[in-house]
Amino acid sequence: MAEPLLQVRGLRKRFGGLVATDGIDLDVAAGETLAVIGPNGAGKTTLLAQLAGDLRPDAGTIRFAGADVTALPAAARSHRGLARSFQITSIFRDFSTLDNVALAVQAHAGHSFRFWRPAHAERALREPARAILEQVGLGARGEVPAGTLAHGEQRQLEIAMALATRPTLLLLDEPVAGMGLEESVRMVELLRGLRGRHTIVLVEHDMDAVFALADRISVVVYGRVIASGRPEAIRANPEVRRAYLGEEVSA
Amino acid sequence: MTWLLVVEQMLNGLQFGVMLFLVAAGLTLVFGIMNLVNLAHGSLYMLGAYLAVAFLKWTGSFAASVVLALLATLVIGMLVEVVALRTLYERDHLDQVLATFGLILFFNEAVAIVWGRAALFATVPSALGGFVEILPRLRYPVYRGVIILVGLAVALLLYVIVTHTRLGMLIRAGASNRTMVAALGVNIRLLYTVVFGFGAALAALGGLMAGPIYTVQPGMGEELLIEVLVVIVIGGIGSIRGALIGAIVVGMVDTLGRAFLKPMLATIISPTAADSAGPALASMLIYILMAAVLYFRPQGLFPAVRNG
Amino acid sequence: MTPRRRAVSLLAALGALAAIPLVAALVNEPFYLDLFRRIMIFAIAAVSLDIILGYGGMVSLGHAAYLGIGAYAVAIPALHGIHSAWVQWPLAIVLSGLAGLVIGAISLRTSGVYFIMITLAFAQMLYYVGISIEPWGGDDGMRLTRKSQLGGPLDLADPHVFYYVVLALLAVLLLVGDRVIDARFGTVIRAVKSNERRLAAIGLSPFRYKLAAFALAGAVCGLAGALLTNQTEYLTPSYMHWTRSGDIMVMVILGGMGTLGGPVLGAAAFLLLENVLSAWTVHWQAILGPLLVLVVLYARGGLWSLLPGGARRG
Repeated sequence: MAEPLLQVRGLRKRFGGLVATDGIDLDVAAGETLAVIGPNGAGKTTLLAQLAGDLRPDAGTIRFAGADVTALPAAARSHRGLARSFQITSIFRDFSTLDNVALAVQAHAGHSFRFWRPAHAERALREPARAILEQVGLGARGEVPAGTLAHGEQRQLEIAMALATRPTLLLLDEPVAGMGLEESVRMVELLRGLRGRHTIVLVEHDMDAVFALADRISVVVYGRVIASGRPEAIRANPEVRRAYLGEEVSA
Repeated sequence: MTWLLVVEQMLNGLQFGVMLFLVAAGLTLVFGIMNLVNLAHGSLYMLGAYLAVAFLKWTGSFAASVVLALLATLVIGMLVEVVALRTLYERDHLDQVLATFGLILFFNEAVAIVWGRAALFATVPSALGGFVEILPRLRYPVYRGVIILVGLAVALLLYVIVTHTRLGMLIRAGASNRTMVAALGVNIRLLYTVVFGFGAALAALGGLMAGPIYTVQPGMGEELLIEVLVVIVIGGIGSIRGALIGAIVVGMVDTLGRAFLKPMLATIISPTAADSAGPALASMLIYILMAAVLYFRPQGLFPAVRNG
Repeated sequence: MTPRRRAVSLLAALGALAAIPLVAALVNEPFYLDLFRRIMIFAIAAVSLDIILGYGGMVSLGHAAYLGIGAYAVAIPALHGIHSAWVQWPLAIVLSGLAGLVIGAISLRTSGVYFIMITLAFAQMLYYVGISIEPWGGDDGMRLTRKSQLGGPLDLADPHVFYYVVLALLAVLLLVGDRVIDARFGTVIRAVKSNERRLAAIGLSPFRYKLAAFALAGAVCGLAGALLTNQTEYLTPSYMHWTRSGDIMVMVILGGMGTLGGPVLGAAAFLLLENVLSAWTVHWQAILGPLLVLVVLYARGGLWSLLPGGARRG
């Protein structure tokens, strides 16, 4: 059996007296969608930050695409094929929507030590960017300053920027956070379309989204994985119900 | 180069360090708790020196001039905080840099208007004049010794306040997480004003003690400010302990470097080359030290701010 | 401001500057030539600071260090009989760029308050080094024995030729800068200011680009230093004093940061103000100080934002 695309072993991270990640092991096979769920404060975002390269773990290893990336900074991981979206929208607010995506394309289209030709004149950057905006449903909003987009549209832009870097692995931090019902449904449809073509690690609270998208689910409580398996199994797992799901999920 | 000379220079280094500490303590708290880049802190040091000279002339009593200078600078400090600095807490660092830079221009010129640009003479009070024999054949100026003692006493006082009083607890909490402290219902505005005033008084103390040793002139604050910033960077923002250790280290390295680097170099290279290279290298020492500390610990040696 | 508007405004400013010598001749005040040449030299320095400050968001309080390095790169060779501008000026640019690279490599590992203080500290360190080296003037500085020689009809001793040489350099800088802003590099630098974390996430290392911008800004400022010492025929370590860095920063803010043309306006405003105020009183800094505080608190966009279509974005 092939090595998993993402392999995490013994990940540990503490902030002073608080242990955020307490020895996490994870395997994500190529093409699968893994959802990471857990109560608030369980350490999910910290986990994602370590996977993305924003945070250095105190101990443990992260292997991606067959190589040890534990010490690699975020920008380098992006070039290995890892992309992420942020829980709290993090975009270039004063740039236009199209410029946001075009910059992501630019980052993977050679170096940026070019000083003369306007970037917005480079069709090799604009065309793919436009296509991705269409894909996520923002095709009509390209010229708008990103900071003026509606909340839901900004979340879509987050996905677009991640896709623009042509990743093999997508790390998505609560993609439907703060969205209304209609917007969430649209986002889930978008993400469903990405399944299989990309490997996805999805941190989410919205259970509808989780059960609609996940091949497997890992439950994180107090920085540890207490259960991992197929959605039906997780649903039925008594420990998980006790720790997290409680009465939220109809049996 | 006798051992007695080395000891004497070490004491000078300690004395300089203690003065750096007095100015650094207030500044590091302002950085750490209020997240305010206050370049004008050196102006408070300068005001302390000038006011002490002025009050001495007015009252004739050294003790009175010290108390009055401290009080006056405390008041001026708090006034500046309320009038000019309050609006800057919300602003970004660039705005703070520019505004406090404007304050420096103003204070330096104001001082020149009142007292002129020429350096003022501040004399060591006769009670503290003379030398004391601390080691056989080593006579050290009493005044400098007093500075060291005062500085260390202030450090001890600050330690007690910070660790054993409610105010100190608020200061430590504020340095660590100011939003939380505000959320707990503490009167943040008052805390800020008090902290700022306190820091101003400490700087003034440094200034008035420095008067008789260094020159009292417009711009004297800025010369010291740079070294104070090095102290804070090395010690860690928001940390009084870091300020003390950083200050003593910087004071020692700087003083010993200036005293001994040139003669040491002269044994290796020609005396004329050492004449330039010595002082040049000596003035670079503390910055090289700062760069080295930053390489291994970018947050300084004892940073108080955990999250950020 | 749209790129087209910006280009037009820049051309207008350059046109106005080109006309100054004619005006000066008309009113028979050669002093204006001197003054505006000084303005243009500081405009070059201010524009170079705007690259990292206005566009890149890096608050560097040590920019004057490069003025000094550039100046010494002219004066020291001159001391040894090397007067060719074609040696001195490239030397100024290269040395300043290298200094920017070294200082940036250390300083950019930090951010926020630390960064401000470290850039300040390094500049001041260079200032103290300058003071201590006696053969190069030490505290008193040194005279420039002879202006840089460009060769042929370009004799800098002629005030008009010197004026137009500086104007040409400023024009080239603005032209190139105008292109760089919209090129890949400029876009990345603007993104650094906007959201550094996002930039890293999409695969661009902020440090690398910040460092490059830092070094470039230093190099350009070095050229300004070379021109400055030709202008004053003198050079002191005080060119590198941190208060000089503060002055340049004031010019950028006064004129409008992140606008390329703003720093030019700011340099003009600052130096003209200095001229006017110091005629009134020798204590003009006591007026400039509070004025600066007020501008910072209430007029952040600077002068450039007062031009039609010049309102600051975001």
